[in-house]
Amino acid sequence: MSILILAEYNENILSSSTSRLVGAAKKIGGEIDVLIVGDDVKNLAQQLAKIAGVNKVLLANDRVFKHQKADVLCKILKDIIIPYSHFFASSNSVGKAVIPRLAAELDFMPISDVMFIHSKNKFDRPIYAGNAIETISTKEKKILATIRSSAFVPVEQGNDAKIENVKIGEIKSKVEFIKSTNVNSDKVDLSTAAIVVAGGQAFESKENFQMLYELADVLNAGVGATRAAVDLGFAPNEMQIGVSGKIIAPELYIAIGISGALQHLAGISGAKKIIAINSDADAPMMKQADVALVGDLKTILPELIKKLAQ
Amino acid sequence: MGQNMKILVAVKRVVDHNVKIRIKSDSQSVDKDNVRMSMNPFCKHALEEAVQIKESGKADEVVAVCVGSKKASDVLLTALAMGADRAILVQSDAELETLVIAKLLQKIVEQEKPDLVLMGKQSVDIDASQTPQMLAGLLDWGQATFVCKIGIDGKKLTVTREVDYGLQELSLNLPAVISADLGLNKPRNVALPMVMRAKKKPLNIFQVADFEVDISSRLKIEKISEPPTRSGGKNITSIDELVDEIKIISDKLEMVK
Ligand SMILES: Cc1cc2nc3c(=O)[nH]c(=O)nc-3n(C[C@H](O)[C@H](O)[C@H](O)COP(=O)(O)OP(=O)(O)OC[C@H]3O[C@@H](n4cnc5c(N)ncnc54)[C@H](O)[C@@H]3O)c2cc1C
Ligand SMILES: Nc1ncnc2c1ncn2[C@@H]1O[C@H](COP(=O)(O)O)[C@@H](O)[C@H]1O
Repeated sequence: MSILILAEYNENILSSSTSRLVGAAKKIGGEIDVLIVGDDVKNLAQQLAKIAGVNKVLLANDRVFKHQKADVLCKILKDIIIPYSHFFASSNSVGKAVIPRLAAELDFMPISDVMFIHSKNKFDRPIYAGNAIETISTKEKKILATIRSSAFVPVEQGNDAKIENVKIGEIKSKVEFIKSTNVNSDKVDLSTAAIVVAGGQAFESKENFQMLYELADVLNAGVGATRAAVDLGFAPNEMQIGVSGKIIAPELYIAIGISGALQHLAGISGAKKIIAINSDADAPMMKQADVALVGDLKTILPELIKKLAQ
Repeated sequence: MGQNMKILVAVKRVVDHNVKIRIKSDSQSVDKDNVRMSMNPFCKHALEEAVQIKESGKADEVVAVCVGSKKASDVLLTALAMGADRAILVQSDAELETLVIAKLLQKIVEQEKPDLVLMGKQSVDIDASQTPQMLAGLLDWGQATFVCKIGIDGKKLTVTREVDYGLQELSLNLPAVISADLGLNKPRNVALPMVMRAKKKPLNIFQVADFEVDISSRLKIEKISEPPTRSGGKNITSIDELVDEIKIISDKLEMVK
């Protein structure tokens, strides 16, 4: 058994999800290698080599890998994954774009969004927006899967794994990058934050949404939003939590003016503790919450921020 | 063929996203008898976009395709009512895996030769988010997933994707496979007269067996279970209590740091 993990990073910053995937892979056992694909990512490879339990780091460093385009990644992955029994990527926008395409090209049936590992070929994954859990086993010779990183605990640092360069031939993409708008990376990473505060449509404006950032600052928390808030332009899409947004598992989730639609709840089922603030005591979110406070967010938030900052 | 493009839209029939699902007592499947079924929401966005592209004069034909049971002709009727010109049902009574569906869709693409395939980013029943990428891989076409904006200039597309760290703009040549996110557009509602008219539009039915595709499953569903439920919480009435509740956690986190 040998497992290859695709490293996740953004703008030259490693995501903790890679070390969480190493944690997940350890449940299976065998040798664990990590692959990083990108342009100018040598320093990230060095950081990856420090993750405990990593056997070696494969480095595919080339200009063509900038922006991690799915078709280009698949072209090199076909060869790279040959010796491995498992290939995992986190269920983020890169992993979700690459794993199914690669699997189909190689005629393997992949598994999406693994949230629990029973054994080398038996996994749990959510279906119906997390309203049911499917336990599946596979007989595929190579198991390709995306892993819900927030469901696994990161491993410690402390290693000096060797770094190996991957040979890269001539590769062209069918897709051309134009531009991207990137969130400032000094914000707390929503996917792995210990505390997340989130707001919904009830904020009524982008200006009011600023209160959430203030609250987040005091608590060193990540900020999230509902789809409704994103649609109304209060928050950018990358802040969306839920079945079609980010899946989070913080120690504390504070839901403010959020009704608790099924599709939203799907994103927070892993939260350890939920606090909800809502003007409607009967909102589904209030029923899910460990602690519920009925009231108007516009009066509660300013006072809460003041008191917490003291 | 006209000068403009032809668009194929893959639509799936799923348990309506507002239905509270029930797991059957054998723990092997979700109850789909006598529950409301509808077109997967993300497919609606894909179809709406195709129809808008046609209405803008940039496409000549929109064809909707669904792999599913005979009953799935109801979502194809919705697709026709929304503005698709023709519909194709690939009939299968068994539940098929995404890889099989992608292979069947590949056959339809080879028959129909569309310039663009539009799909939903995810089906809300099995939440796989696999089929579009698989189809793109099988066809060796360019792909763009989670798209919230499409611009067309001749044989070139400019798309905006909703990705983890913001928005990403890409350009790609046709043919291509695009998967639609919720922000792409606002799907139109279908009124009864549209449905009546749709009934006159062509619906072709094929059987899975008509295509040389191995439909056997590679994965085994061991069981389907309820997610753990949260035990009901407590109600508080003051901001001071709220501060205390938050501090219990934030102080603990502070300690481990
Ligand atoms: C296919 C599909 C996928 C989806 N994916 C997602 C997803 O990933 N994430 C997601 O979030 N949604 C998703 N949605 C949308 C989801 O169904 C809900 O529409 C959305 O989550 C509702 O957002 P909301 O709670 O902000 O708004 P609402 O449902 O309108 O709730 C607003 C809440 O605020 C409360 N309120 C109002 N005023 C105040 C006040 N002054 N103070 C305090 N409370 C107040 C109200 O009582 C209410 O409970 C999806 C929908 C579909 C169809
Ligand atoms: N049975 C099907 N028939 C037609 N299209 C499908 C089918 N299954 C999946 N798709 C398409 O693939 C998209 C993503 O589905 P999935 O990979 O199941 O999450 C859907 O939104 C559809 O566009």
